[in-house]
Amino acid sequence: MTSTPDLALRSGRRRRVVGLLGLLLLAVVAVLLSLGLGAQTLHPGEVWRVLLSADGSDASALVWELRAPRTVLGVAVGLALGVAGALIQGHTRNPIADPGLLGVSAGASFAVVVAIAVFGVDSFGGYIWFAFAGALVTSVVVFAVGSGGRNGPTPVTLALAGMAIGALLFSFTSSILVTSPETLNVFRFWVVGSLAGRDLDTAWQVIPFIAVGLVLAAANAPALNTLGLGEDVARALGQSVPLARVVGVAAIMLLTGAATAACGPIGFVGLVVPHLARALTGPDHRWLLPFAGLLGVVAVLLADVAGRLVARPAEVQTGIVLAVAGAPFFIWLVRRVRLVQL
Amino acid sequence: MNDTLTRSTAAEPAGLALPGRTVIRIGPVSAAVPARGVAVTLVALLGAVALAVVSVCHGDFPITPPAVWEVLTGGGTRIERHIVLNLRLPRVLCALLVGAALAVAGALTQTFARNPLASPDVLGVTNGAAVGAVAAIVLGGAVGAYGVPLAALGGAAISATLIYLLAWRRGIDGYRLVLIGLGVGEILGGITSWLLIRADLVDATRATIWITGSLAGREWAHVRPLAAALAVLLPLAMAASVALRVLQFREDTARALGLRLQSAQLLVVALAAALAAAAVAAAGPIEFVAFLVPQVALRLCGGSRPPLLASALLGALLVVGADLAAQIVIAPKELPVGLLTAMIGTPYLLWLLLRRSRRTSG
Repeated sequence: MTSTPDLALRSGRRRRVVGLLGLLLLAVVAVLLSLGLGAQTLHPGEVWRVLLSADGSDASALVWELRAPRTVLGVAVGLALGVAGALIQGHTRNPIADPGLLGVSAGASFAVVVAIAVFGVDSFGGYIWFAFAGALVTSVVVFAVGSGGRNGPTPVTLALAGMAIGALLFSFTSSILVTSPETLNVFRFWVVGSLAGRDLDTAWQVIPFIAVGLVLAAANAPALNTLGLGEDVARALGQSVPLARVVGVAAIMLLTGAATAACGPIGFVGLVVPHLARALTGPDHRWLLPFAGLLGVVAVLLADVAGRLVARPAEVQTGIVLAVAGAPFFIWLVRRVRLVQL
Repeated sequence: MNDTLTRSTAAEPAGLALPGRTVIRIGPVSAAVPARGVAVTLVALLGAVALAVVSVCHGDFPITPPAVWEVLTGGGTRIERHIVLNLRLPRVLCALLVGAALAVAGALTQTFARNPLASPDVLGVTNGAAVGAVAAIVLGGAVGAYGVPLAALGGAAISATLIYLLAWRRGIDGYRLVLIGLGVGEILGGITSWLLIRADLVDATRATIWITGSLAGREWAHVRPLAAALAVLLPLAMAASVALRVLQFREDTARALGLRLQSAQLLVVALAAALAAAAVAAAGPIEFVAFLVPQVALRLCGGSRPPLLASALLGALLVVGADLAAQIVIAPKELPVGLLTAMIGTPYLLWLLLRRSRRTSG
């Protein structure tokens, strides 16, 4: 340990840069695994070869038509969920907050059920806009209700409003499911959360929203640090609290809405990844957000690959793998590390 | 009543002389009771009884209250006896008991975790019960009236124990318990989804109905075990509320106040889990009740933590009222009772939320 705070600061910074590069490398490895592994295993060299030049071979078709779309989607969704989780936990100062909190999953689920039951939609491409609209409308309502006071949204009112509206929508959803077995039959496969069966079009439909969400998140990071000192301090430092909240919530809505629309509600990433990232970086959101994003990518891709491998030639859905494999890890983390207080 | 009701005065010991509280003395025992809380409790009791009576009288075959009274005292026609004793009474009793159990479980959990968002779900009860019940339905092992409730109870017990053991690390910390409960809940939710994907559609529908929570077709077979469980658990919970009064402070303070912390925590968690498990085994998870009612009771009664008795009665009132409404709204069809609890509860909670934030900011 060095005694000068300046040096300590610099070494902490170097550690974080190294950590970030390490994570980036890990994400690249995860991408290669996602392209190479599955019912049929491809050698990394072969993956690389067909990636550079598609040649019409089986391997090329496998990579470009089946595995590339879900890998692209996995990267986008992992980034979105990891960053959104960190933003939500930062804004609500609630360490158990996850994207479900703002009513995003409940809103998207309800919209998908309506799409199936009322409009007879039964393809992923068809759900996307319903799910996205449901997620966005619900988050706007939750945010509007939770910010009813003149002070704008406080963490607790936001969380309570999300929970209340989420519970209402959940029961609407299940009343439709209970009375309509045909709807249940389609919905139960959407609600587990999966990257499978999506084509590149699906990915391109949501990526613009995720990109805008990431930009907003990056812009929100310094303000979030100031807000962490308490709203009064933030105000005294010249921070516009309502503006910071609106930007943050807009980013969260875009990120989680797009991710849920594309893949169904994938739990756990938004809850676990920020904790892990915080253990690596500390509470500075300028570092926390990129760490959480990359960790999200690694988590989603590895879970998807594992789901393809454990039950070959069938597969276990990404959302289920994340829940079953991520939870023990999370429990280990909670027991072992003294989680950084928000 | 011989209780002497006296307004607290400056002569009371400092800890009891709280504004708005009334000290009740029965012989040597005295307790400071918030007057508002007593009023709310009484109104909730009257409301629950009134709705229960309406619920027993209402239906395709309406029965007047005097006729119901006749049946209860041993008279009435054969058809009236059958409808009241075998169909409506078990259902109404089930609703009352489930509501009370869920609400008290929620109040205990929220106080223990010092988090208004905590509900018995974080103790693994709901998700564990769901896995048990869905497995019983989908894998087809369970038969008879007791099969699914027993499987649910087993699932709840196993997951609650697992969460408690995992959260134990030289003691139980409410915060760590909530986090681990969430983690285990995710695994269990994943298993439930996986079972639902594997099931054929008929079983998946049955399982979904159970997961949604329902009071339709409840029989004495559901009421008896639930009533027996509550007869033991509710008095224990009331007794534990003494411990809770101390647990609401940070742990250090509680320890300094001389509470035997570990055993009190174990007792409170076990009671909350057992109450929720008994309710969920009988009617499926009517989740909104445990989360909402303690918060409503807290805001109605004032104070710093959800009051148990008022929560129990408000919970009973909510569920019996919701069940009645569920039968009326789209009669002759029925809505799931959970939809009604949410539709009644959500606007009210939001109104409270808005009113409170306006007041604190205005």
